[in-house]
Amino acid sequence: MKHIKTLNTKNLKSTLKKGGCGECQTSCQSACKTSCTVGNQSCENK
Amino acid sequence: MVHQYKNNGYNIVLDIASGAIHVVDDVVYDIIALLIETASEDVLEYIQNSASEKEIISQLEEHYNSEEIKEAISDIKELIEDESLFTKDIYKEYIMDFKKRKTVVKALCLHIAHDCNLACKYCFAEEGEYHGRRAIMSYEVGKKALDFLIANSGNRRNLEVDFFGGEPLMNWQVVKDLVHYGRELEKNYDKKFRFTLTTNGVLLNDDILEFANKEMSNVVLSIDGRKEIHDFMRPSRNGKGSYELILPKFIKTAESRNQNNYYVRGTFTHHNLDFAKDVLHLADLGFKQISVEPVVALEDEEYAIKKEDIPRIYDEYDKLAREMIQREKEGKGFNFFHFMIDLEGGPCVAKRLSGCGSGTEYLAVTPWGDFYPCHQFVGEDGFLMGNVDDGITKTEIRDEFKLCNVYAKDKCKECFARFYCSGGCAANSNKFHGSITDVYDIGCDLQRKRVECAIMIKAALAE
Repeated sequence: MKHIKTLNTKNLKSTLKKGGCGECQTSCQSACKTSCTVGNQSCENK
Repeated sequence: MVHQYKNNGYNIVLDIASGAIHVVDDVVYDIIALLIETASEDVLEYIQNSASEKEIISQLEEHYNSEEIKEAISDIKELIEDESLFTKDIYKEYIMDFKKRKTVVKALCLHIAHDCNLACKYCFAEEGEYHGRRAIMSYEVGKKALDFLIANSGNRRNLEVDFFGGEPLMNWQVVKDLVHYGRELEKNYDKKFRFTLTTNGVLLNDDILEFANKEMSNVVLSIDGRKEIHDFMRPSRNGKGSYELILPKFIKTAESRNQNNYYVRGTFTHHNLDFAKDVLHLADLGFKQISVEPVVALEDEEYAIKKEDIPRIYDEYDKLAREMIQREKEGKGFNFFHFMIDLEGGPCVAKRLSGCGSGTEYLAVTPWGDFYPCHQFVGEDGFLMGNVDDGITKTEIRDEFKLCNVYAKDKCKECFARFYCSGGCAANSNKFHGSITDVYDIGCDLQRKRVECAIMIKAALAE
């Protein structure tokens, strides 16, 4: 496409199928402790 | 829902329901603005209509030629057909299953010591004591907590335990004993503990560091940035600043962990709205994993972030983002926790909908073994959920947290950042509104800005 550059290919909808295993890190354990940061976490079930 | 914004010369378009992110030129940006404003429910149907195309051309022909507009419309159509623009949010139906979902516990925040050797002015634990008495956790209570975690973790293999306080190094022997006990449990139950230590550094020494480097998956080191900023908010109990004492130890810790699996973690307040200087100060000292976060405090505290501070903070985040891009390109990059975003391997929808896990997957344990939904609720009577002897006795509190998600919060329904923050922090919501299904409004404003900056950085580095 000439006018658009797509940065990510991940489609959230597709994660409905196999997501939810829960092996990922609990949000507050990494550093924050006062906010909720989920978007920066990595999936452990790729 | 589509959200678009301009930052640092980039036009960025977020398709919220699919998670797709596009960098577009001006003509596409302006057409999408028109579509957001005027289009009906079915944007694809609208844009395929030749009358709509004529309407768009007539509105934009002052700025672009009609061929260019038609080309851009065609690109937009392609994205819609590919379900990466104007995608419908279908997850609400999915969330209904959450109520029935059996949750397991996979993380504990152990309050090893409700005591502290610093007297930080903004401490939500009130100098470590959490509205209560000074206390340290016994080995027996800690053991029961780990046993509870194993027994309630179902099939989850990775379990997280944070040694928190107050200051956990004031009860270091118990930390070490619990790590050894945890390693024994791992063998017997096929689990993997990831331990984290959060410390102010005052008591940190070589023996502790050696143990931490062997056993702790993550170490969080509390430092606010520049000496005068740090010392002002983080004095010792006799009023003397703590910067000089802790800094060499933190530098050594970061180096000995190969600049990985740790964070220097600071808090900025109304007194240092120029906090980018603190972040860069830490980066200049050689730290590569940096988190500096806004204080969460009610408005009557003089150091609280106020509504009128927001534009200044936005500018500061922008400044920091631009500087980070520059440093990255020069090979001197560092991680800033609040700008980290995983666009490819990020969390699944289930995770994004369910939020941080407080009160369900994550619990805080007091020195005497009581359970609370998270460390920030400790000491709030209405949130006492049970204890290490009896387990979760107030299951209704757990169920309330189970249903706390982006669709339970009115303010999240129209927010573009809802799948990045997952509805925000329940404790902050409760602090400001007395309910876990509201939001901390200033926190949301800052969160949205950070998401925008984080994505802009990705766009800049993708060039």
